[in-house]
Amino acid sequence: MLEELFGTGGVLEPIWGWPPPVLDPAGPYAERVTTLAWVLFGMGVIVTAIIVAALYVALKGPMEWRQKLGGERAVWIGGIAFPAVVLTALLIWGLTLTASLSSSITGTEPRIRVTGEMWWFRVQYLDPDGEVVIEDANELHLPVGQPVVLELRSADVIHSFWVPHLSGKKDMIPGRTLLLRVEASEAGRYGGVCAEYCGGPHALMGFVTVAHHPDEYRQWYASRIARSAPPTAPLPAPQPVETPLPGLAPQRELALASDAAQGRQLFMESGCGACHRVAGTEANGLAGPDLTHVGSRLTLGAGILPNHRGTLVGWIGDSQSIKPGNRMPSYDRLSAGQLNAIAAWLEQQR
Amino acid sequence: MWGAAPGWEANGERRWPTVRIIAPPAILAAAALLSACKPPPEPRYEPESALRQRGLAAIEHAGCGACHDIPGIDWPRGRLGPSLRGFTDIGLIAGAVPNTADNLAAFVRNAPAVKPGSTMPPIPLSEEEARAIAAYLHGLNSDA
Repeated sequence: MLEELFGTGGVLEPIWGWPPPVLDPAGPYAERVTTLAWVLFGMGVIVTAIIVAALYVALKGPMEWRQKLGGERAVWIGGIAFPAVVLTALLIWGLTLTASLSSSITGTEPRIRVTGEMWWFRVQYLDPDGEVVIEDANELHLPVGQPVVLELRSADVIHSFWVPHLSGKKDMIPGRTLLLRVEASEAGRYGGVCAEYCGGPHALMGFVTVAHHPDEYRQWYASRIARSAPPTAPLPAPQPVETPLPGLAPQRELALASDAAQGRQLFMESGCGACHRVAGTEANGLAGPDLTHVGSRLTLGAGILPNHRGTLVGWIGDSQSIKPGNRMPSYDRLSAGQLNAIAAWLEQQR
Repeated sequence: MWGAAPGWEANGERRWPTVRIIAPPAILAAAALLSACKPPPEPRYEPESALRQRGLAAIEHAGCGACHDIPGIDWPRGRLGPSLRGFTDIGLIAGAVPNTADNLAAFVRNAPAVKPGSTMPPIPLSEEEARAIAAYLHGLNSDA
């Protein structure tokens, strides 16, 4: 019944889905918060039931019960002793349960710096010395079963970092660095959002958290490090373009490959590099998201569109229709062929 | 489950609001009657509605709205590509091939293969998804 109503394809799925992310923990911190929420909710139901029952007795119950309910003893027990005991017990239990949420950070955890920008997330992986080793955006990769410390910052206004499956919200405040420890206990993809209104397209500011098994994570990390090396390192040999669909004629594949080379040239000539960096090329802008790994990202436009050739073309050509007010202009002066070529080259940046 | 009841008498005399409880079976029966009403038949095309539902889901999942304004997709409503409102009434897909279900299904997956030089890139969709999308787009008459 619940599945029918709330599950995938259920009637209420468009509203939220079931269980909603805030009640579906995938890590120890979220787990504790969820337990606390359910227990408090349960206690609330019990107290409400007692009050409704007392109300019924007061209105309709036998005279003897009504007199007891109105007596001084009932006030002492129900009005003072009961709340004092229950609330104190809940407070102590709740504080004990959530003590680990604020436990001090040891400094040995891997660090990832996440900076809120209007209206996307800059993600930088730090080495033990605090140097940035991988630049990425709108995507956070974590190893399963290992606490990771996030350095939360803001580049402009107050944002708030929230992955409901993993932890509570934490604000990103200009001029300050706040630390948040997160841990995923199950591999998977978890959506995240900006949870503090930050102007214009705030509602379209999201990201994806991907929790990998540790081996997979090490592989992912190594491949990213190799690609993110400083521009002086030799470029990886150009890879043949993957055929996006079976049945694509060989001539077309060749055409796509040359598209990509043309796309690189167009990307540079159109000035994309003024805001976007692609490691190993002359594009070194820092205002917009780093595109060194854009081809392997799951989403575009800060967690709002799937990432494939079609949406890349749509985003580059007309991002203002998709995310009105975002800081990238619509490149509608480029032809469809040129947009396709740029998208083809960006798809190779993995 | 509260039936609407006159709370205050019309003659000006104030009385306590009275609340009538309508038996739940009556409400269930009414709901059943309402849900039994079918939408009016489509004038030209009536692919099964489950297929169309899948089509809409596939459109949403693939992000077609990044370039197209599509009825049933509230966001995004891209304007880079043509609006797909009233798609059934269009004669030629992209001005090139007859607007049949098969052609459309092939076009949404791999437009350049169907119309050489098409500005729409190939989209990663399964054949099944493409058929469902074609069914959905063909269900859109000009009233949609």
